Amino acid sequence: MEHSTKDHAALAQDFNKDEDRVDWHDETLWFIRQKRDKAAHQIPEWEALREAASQIKNNVLSNLYDYLLQFEKNAIANGIEVHWAADADEHNQIVHRLINEANVVRMVKSKSMLTEECGLNEYLAKHGIEVIDSDLGERIVQLAEEPPSHIVLPCIHKKKEEIGEIFHQHLGIDAGISDPQFLTETARQHLREIFLTRKVALTGVNFAVAETGEFVVCTNEGNADMGAHLADVHIASMGIEKLIPERKHLGVFLRLLTRSATGQPITTYSSHFKKPREGKKIHIILVDNGRTVQLGRKDFRNSLKCIRCAACMNTCPVYRRSGGHSYHTAIAGPIGSILAPNLDMEKYADLPFASTLCGSCSNVCPVKIDIHEQLYKWRQVLVKNGYAPAAKKAGMQVMTWTLSSPGLYHTAGKVGRWVIKYAPFAVNNKLNPWYKQRDMPASPEWSFSEWYKQNRQQ
Amino acid sequence: MKVGLFVPCYVDQFYPDAAIATLRLLEKLGVDVGYPPKQTCCGQPMANSGFEHLAAGCNELFIKNFAEFDYIVAPSGSCVLHIRDHLHDDKNPKAAESISHKIYELTAFLTDVLKVKTLNARFPHRVGIHQSCHGQRGLHISSMTELVSPEFSKPESLLNMVQDIELIHLGRKDECCGFGGTFCVTEEAVSVKMGKDRVADHLAHGAEYITGVDMSCLMHMEGILNRQGSKVKVIHIAEILNAG
Repeated sequence: MEHSTKDHAALAQDFNKDEDRVDWHDETLWFIRQKRDKAAHQIPEWEALREAASQIKNNVLSNLYDYLLQFEKNAIANGIEVHWAADADEHNQIVHRLINEANVVRMVKSKSMLTEECGLNEYLAKHGIEVIDSDLGERIVQLAEEPPSHIVLPCIHKKKEEIGEIFHQHLGIDAGISDPQFLTETARQHLREIFLTRKVALTGVNFAVAETGEFVVCTNEGNADMGAHLADVHIASMGIEKLIPERKHLGVFLRLLTRSATGQPITTYSSHFKKPREGKKIHIILVDNGRTVQLGRKDFRNSLKCIRCAACMNTCPVYRRSGGHSYHTAIAGPIGSILAPNLDMEKYADLPFASTLCGSCSNVCPVKIDIHEQLYKWRQVLVKNGYAPAAKKAGMQVMTWTLSSPGLYHTAGKVGRWVIKYAPFAVNNKLNPWYKQRDMPASPEWSFSEWYKQNRQQ
Repeated sequence: MKVGLFVPCYVDQFYPDAAIATLRLLEKLGVDVGYPPKQTCCGQPMANSGFEHLAAGCNELFIKNFAEFDYIVAPSGSCVLHIRDHLHDDKNPKAAESISHKIYELTAFLTDVLKVKTLNARFPHRVGIHQSCHGQRGLHISSMTELVSPEFSKPESLLNMVQDIELIHLGRKDECCGFGGTFCVTEEAVSVKMGKDRVADHLAHGAEYITGVDMSCLMHMEGILNRQGSKVKVIHIAEILNAG
């Protein structure tokens, strides 16, 4: 994945240079938010379902150690090989080793945000392994050499005309085609050959059941199944927080997942993988990569309840108008902004500030993560750890002195209003980011406190 | 019942009419209102920027100014939410906690404490309601489109008591306007785009006025309306409830 040195505000400003595109992006994702609302409102017990999911995940986080061992034991009993990876590097090395052991140099991979987080494709490319992403959206951004901009809809930032152009360049179709059905069929034919020839397939994991040692992979395209069923070796990468205690709990999560994500009642394919077929292999890699550190942060641990539905992105008014790439991390949007600082505070110090704290994310979250409250708390942590720009720090100190002293406050207020009224050039200029696209408020003759003194305290 | 009027700093300085209307409205409804003259700010600008630890002076001052009142009322959802959720004072934790329970946003105070059923007000205009996020999602003064729950709105129920007012419907009922405190300058591009989109929704549905419980959101939208040369005005809900 490409890493930019610009922060969210700068990348968002770039995105906003094309206002029509921002409108299109906003409306596309708002449409999905509306579909989510319709789906949720058809379930009278929706809020109870969210609460149940939240409680189940809280239980998982509080007993993660036991559930992991239970899952490992049952998975091994089923004939699955289980691997443990402390971080991204270890995960990538394990995958590489398994590919080498299978004696191949090519792999097909269905959607896994964990492998994005670990930078697996780049790692394997450096070692001469070719990876083809089989999710349609991911295949498109892979051909465009871009990271996904959304965890459920990886290429939601691209218009169909642009996808036609990418397919023209890479898959040999005529120029100027933008018919979605034609483009989808093109991808289908292209991927068919991949599925038939790859001996190793990697998938993500949506839910791993401790009770049975099985795991569930949800896709709408069936691409995880095509890859895994046709390969000799199936590698499943999962974050350790993907566990649920019992199979019956799927009844809660599968009802919530796609309704929250796209407004569908359920994913087209919710495939259970329990044991390898005769002569085939299944490997599971359990990945920590900072999750146990987050688990130890009292205020942020419940971010690990996330089931990656992306409802918080679709509803986020900032995400819709800044695009997924402005978050410069594998998982964008509100949830990404509370997960990323755990991995690297310095690099992602800007993300918790890329929010108005409107709270819509927390309201749509199917597992009730208090996302906006964690954004607020991350701001405090980041500032305390020294990741606030110096100018902001100085400004805040002045503001604090002023607002802690009634005398200073009234003088400052008077001066401020006087400046706006009699010396507007001092604020109405390009150094003032408010004024760039907004007028300053009119400056009243009196403040309320002056009016009150005059009219009520004589 | 003695009520302390808390006027947020930017309302005090830039929108005194909203504060005057709040005072007069409360008095009209028979409330004994006091205004502690040494008040400044709730401390939210620092806290939302990650500098909560610098807000101790503001917190102390707030407690000093308002501890004596039975209730504290402010014409702002955002400042009230901040006090409710984040006011603390290590030297005086009990006073801080007591204040966080007795502070009310104006419309919630009118519907929940005073239980206002009628108002003597007239405002013959087409009005769009802006749902300020902190009042709505933070203080729950109205239902939220994300949740599967019964619909209600304290501000709207009060506006419906105003004679000759026409409330318009919006395409997006409760989307954030993009003000967001310091967000409005640190994320200028997105903030303005969000504001433009909110304003456009009101304009498309024929609003003459945009109202709400938070002057900060309205100030942001006013800045955009004025830049566009629009004749549509923003007005604090207290001014409508006290009109005529």
